[in-house]
Amino acid sequence: MRMSKIVRTATDILYPFIIIFGFYIILHGHLTPGGGFQGGAVVATGTALVLVAYSWKELPGLVSKNLLWFQESGGLLLFIGAGLAAMIIGFPFFYNWLAGSGSIFGTPVAFGPNPGDLNTGGFLPIMNIAVGVEVWGGLVMVLLYLLSALEREERA
Amino acid sequence: MIELVVHVLVLIGLIISAVLTITFKDLLAAALASGVFSLLISVEFYILQAPDVAISQAAVGAGLTTAIFIIAIRATQRFEGETE
Repeated sequence: MRMSKIVRTATDILYPFIIIFGFYIILHGHLTPGGGFQGGAVVATGTALVLVAYSWKELPGLVSKNLLWFQESGGLLLFIGAGLAAMIIGFPFFYNWLAGSGSIFGTPVAFGPNPGDLNTGGFLPIMNIAVGVEVWGGLVMVLLYLLSALEREERA
Repeated sequence: MIELVVHVLVLIGLIISAVLTITFKDLLAAALASGVFSLLISVEFYILQAPDVAISQAAVGAGLTTAIFIIAIRATQRFEGETE
């Protein structure tokens, strides 16, 4: 089930950079191209590289099914919770009351052309993080179920 | 000028990789050619100023779909037309 030593060594070097690039795309979703789905897909690609290069039984921490299930459900709950948080205070659904409020992600946006500030956007970065975590968990879970079916086939 | 040259080269590469995808009898090579096609079309999206689409195409098309194809080939058979 393992691939050759060349593939495994290249994977060891490459996969942290791919995963960190994915986190960068998720966190800068409101400033640069990309966002939750794209960043989550990049992180899932980095994890898929490890899954294809190694046997998935050698990687208990990275790909436990319970953690992936928790990621998928937790991302969706965070997304809908961010929408409902506005209704609790008395605004319409998904109203972005965090933008410009001065708290987390609440710096007012500077007028005119500017390089962009990470600490702006209100609920948009929170929703990007939620979608990113959810897409990451979902896509890796698809691969994991394919691989576990393959292992069962080989054992039989 | 250099942009036009890159654009034409990417389009030629797209046609070559698409033809290779359907002519290879080795399915692993065909899956890799399809991954090269996805990578080149994400470069094409970037040239046409859609970086958002380019990122998702590179991640899903070139990365995840190729991995899924490789897993499927591992579970079935490597060459087209083989019977067990």
